[in-house]
Amino acid sequence: MGEIVCTNVTKVWGVGTAREVAALENVSFSVRHGEFVVVIGPSGCGKSTLLMLLSGLEMPTGGTITYNGKPITGPDADRSLIFQQPSLFPWRSTIDNVAFGLQLRGVPRKERRQQAEKFLRQVGLREFANKHPHELSGGMQQRAAIARALCLGADVLLMDEPFAALDVQTRFHMQSFLLDIWQGSGKTVVFVTHHIDEAVYLADRVVIFTARPGRLLDSVDIDMPRPRNIISPDFERYRALFVDRLRSEVTRAFQEQELAEMLDTRIK
Amino acid sequence: MSARAAAALRVPSRASSLRFRWFVVEAGWWVLSVGIVIGIWEITAALGLINTIILPPPHKFVAEIRDQSQFLMPQPGVTAIPLHFAVFTAIGASLRRVLIGLLLGSLAAVLTGSLAFYLRIFRNLTFPTITMLAPIAPAAWIPLAILAFGMGDGAAIFVVFVGIYFTLTLATLNNMHNVDQLYVNTARVLGASRRQIMWHVIFPAILPNLFVVIRMNFFAAWMGVLAAEMVGVRSGLGAVVVMGRQMMNMNLTFLGMAIIGLVGYLLDVGLGLLQKRMLWWRSAARV
Repeated sequence: MGEIVCTNVTKVWGVGTAREVAALENVSFSVRHGEFVVVIGPSGCGKSTLLMLLSGLEMPTGGTITYNGKPITGPDADRSLIFQQPSLFPWRSTIDNVAFGLQLRGVPRKERRQQAEKFLRQVGLREFANKHPHELSGGMQQRAAIARALCLGADVLLMDEPFAALDVQTRFHMQSFLLDIWQGSGKTVVFVTHHIDEAVYLADRVVIFTARPGRLLDSVDIDMPRPRNIISPDFERYRALFVDRLRSEVTRAFQEQELAEMLDTRIK
Repeated sequence: MSARAAAALRVPSRASSLRFRWFVVEAGWWVLSVGIVIGIWEITAALGLINTIILPPPHKFVAEIRDQSQFLMPQPGVTAIPLHFAVFTAIGASLRRVLIGLLLGSLAAVLTGSLAFYLRIFRNLTFPTITMLAPIAPAAWIPLAILAFGMGDGAAIFVVFVGIYFTLTLATLNNMHNVDQLYVNTARVLGASRRQIMWHVIFPAILPNLFVVIRMNFFAAWMGVLAAEMVGVRSGLGAVVVMGRQMMNMNLTFLGMAIIGLVGYLLDVGLGLLQKRMLWWRSAARV
């Protein structure tokens, strides 16, 4: 099971300080079990904030988020967050990084290493088990981070622009790799990106957010069989749709920012 | 043909031969640098340009190492064993004090820093004082140390302890606050408790920086011990140097100075190697 329901979720950072910022406003949406949802929106629209809330690292300032019917009160190994920056611990070997979650649960060394090796094989890093993160490429590090989440048996993968720092070829490779892992696994994925092609290529459904404060603008089902051809007319149609929706949002965000800066300088 | 075959055979060991060459060149500069100083010293002494009683040339004070051995005992001049290189016991006395002081100081500092990291009230209570005490040079603690601990190991160890403790406590807290939140969040997402985060994330993450601080403060600690040995604690390398002056035995003073320099250098090299070995991921990642 991996069902997430957000109801009227609001998140304001730095409440009561001079730098109070509303990141999310009145967001309601749900993710079905086993669904691959991609969230897109202009930068600063609160996409990352949303994942922080879904993971339980942060609490919403308003509204409720439930996971399988129960409110989220804190982080849970069931919902694993994968960050944009490589988050492997540099002092641990790859296999010990993957086994870290099991170690926290007190699984004996031999057993957890066996488990970790299984998932390293799945992500194609078995030969790199005893290497350290700095000896791996960016793509390999992200695969190891995914293996680390899978190793704990996470039902939900929350991914915060995980491939944004990779070059184009590696990124494409990683997208297919992620779909391979996800398909047939029954896992739920919430994937944040600002990359439209990535969204159309991966998603069952694309959720669009507005510029700050983030609000839900639209939710579009991608009705294309996988594997998707990124130069097909269907793909082009979706791409055009999202480009159009996002462009108006980005323009609005820019105008607001310029206006704010203008007012700012006037006051000074 | 055979020369080419030999060259081909040599290819795999090229990296190590390069490193060997680098080592030889480096050692050559060392010898040259020290050699020039010794050479000028020896020549001016031989020409009678300097007073060899005050500035005995190196060949003289090194040659007398056997005769001086009686002064280098733990209780200088009391138990003289002929031809016994007792200089090692003087070195041992100084070394023991530095290492014990460093160990105790580091442990106490990391403990205090961790407590301050978790208990805000503890931090607020202690850190203003620690911040004020940190800039006091270790040597300035010597009078207090001797009054409090007498003229023995205790005073010298205390000087090293205060030399490392305050600075390292500040560094510990500072580094703990600066641990990349990404690592902490990663551990939290994987279900780590506060204690587990401390143990598996914060400590390994700050260790390289703490090691740098310890290494940088090592020389201050080493000097602190020597100063303590010179003014009060009546044994160790510092005492040897002072005794040489008091007896107008400058051969002994210079011998002591040479040993202090050599041992200090070797200790730093040792700490450097330890750092590389323990924290290799850091240096490798930095290249």
